[in-house]
Amino acid sequence: MADIATIAFTGLGLCFFIAGTIGLLRFPDVFTRLHALTKADNLGLGFITLGMLFQVEGWREMALLVLIWALTLLAAGTVSQLIARAALKDRSG
Amino acid sequence: MTWAFDAALCALILGVAFATVLGRGVFRSIVFFIVYGLLMAVAWVRLDAVDVALAEAAIGAGLTGVLFLTAFGRLARNVSDDAAPGRFHLPAALACGGLTGALAWAWFAMPAPVRREWELPPAGVENPVTAVLLNFRAWDTLLESIVLLAALIGLWMMARDGDWGNRLGLPQHVRPGGVMAGFGRLLPPVGFLVGVYLVYVGADQPGGAFQGGTVLAAVGLVAAMAGLVRPPRIAAHRWRVALVAGPSVFLVAGLAGAVLGAGFLTLPEPVAGTAIFVIEVGLAISIAVTLVFLVLGPPEGERRE
Amino acid sequence: MSALTLYALTGSAAIGIGFYGLIAARHLLRRIVAFNLIGSGLFLFFGATGARGGAADPVPQALIITGIVVALSASALAVGLLVAHARVAGRVVLPEEEDGG
Repeated sequence: MADIATIAFTGLGLCFFIAGTIGLLRFPDVFTRLHALTKADNLGLGFITLGMLFQVEGWREMALLVLIWALTLLAAGTVSQLIARAALKDRSG
Repeated sequence: MTWAFDAALCALILGVAFATVLGRGVFRSIVFFIVYGLLMAVAWVRLDAVDVALAEAAIGAGLTGVLFLTAFGRLARNVSDDAAPGRFHLPAALACGGLTGALAWAWFAMPAPVRREWELPPAGVENPVTAVLLNFRAWDTLLESIVLLAALIGLWMMARDGDWGNRLGLPQHVRPGGVMAGFGRLLPPVGFLVGVYLVYVGADQPGGAFQGGTVLAAVGLVAAMAGLVRPPRIAAHRWRVALVAGPSVFLVAGLAGAVLGAGFLTLPEPVAGTAIFVIEVGLAISIAVTLVFLVLGPPEGERRE
Repeated sequence: MSALTLYALTGSAAIGIGFYGLIAARHLLRRIVAFNLIGSGLFLFFGATGARGGAADPVPQALIITGIVVALSASALAVGLLVAHARVAGRVVLPEEEDGG
């Protein structure tokens, strides 16, 4: 039962990652690519983390997995903002 | 089933390695190198070496990637042109192919391994890698901490005489209320906790002074890059004490072992656990400070133009 | 072909690729990156030999951790030399390599 849930959520997360990667490869410029990448990849990672939660026992391990996802979210959000601002400055400067 | 995972991982690693070497542009090469480091970390977990995976992810991919990216930014200041991509070098490719073939032949020609039945003698800590690093092969680790210091001194020698009094690295220009400043406030507390935990737990589970020290160094670098902490000057004495704290503690512990009659760098069994912990704390502090200074670089002034 | 052989062969290939990058690249920073590639591949090969005995052997792992740290310090020193060279010479390629040498 737990394995089925893991496979389902991880598969969903993989779909999001594939969508984000297609956006990365096909979109024309930096901003659209950043948009696709951030939204899809963070959600994809969230689903994969959700799938992993069914495989671990104990609240401590679950909390650690969620912490990993939160930290990745923080880093990805910051980095995409910085890249977007740099690209904006490049374009106008 | 797991063989397929290993095969896919190795194919990815090789593909990214090719992209690193053959890709157009230096920036692309650096980014692919970081990805390569992270894939290597996964490979280390598959090889049942979690401590090495932590070290590769933190140092090999993380800090080395930051080092290269800041170097790239620094070079873009000085050099106005980007070197044209080199043409394909057939003799070198053939020679490197031959090298790979020789190594592959060496792998298959090695004598069959002896299945080990013995276990490590009691070392005061449960994690075998920490036991080897800080107890049985402590000499290597002591010299390694001194090598780190020597590399830093070599790096500081690159500074110009006029810049010697400045703060380390390039001055950062960060918007006071911006995203980077916010990140620099959010991440360091969590990162500090993770780093200290890695050092503390390295005695019994995967972790240790190097991995924890690197996380602490990353925290310091984020704080410096966010403009919240200004890098120190070279002449600051407190930081020099922090730099040599690790090797000094290690040396003192080794000499204490000699004085107590057990031999240089031999930890007597009853105090081995405590001694290893004390050495790890000192090493972690030194490693963190040394790595921050290594990545920040020698002091440089403002742009001359 | 066991999984360990796969990793050893990947390590060997990474060493070969890294050496090619070291020889063929013109930009000096790419050479430093290739040097790190060689180091990582070497560690993987070494780690694969260490994992052959059934249980994980801690001595190669400890040596590899030492190697990773030393490789970083060597890279930092190399990058410092490169930045100083670029500051003085204004170019990021060695003099004998410029202009299609």
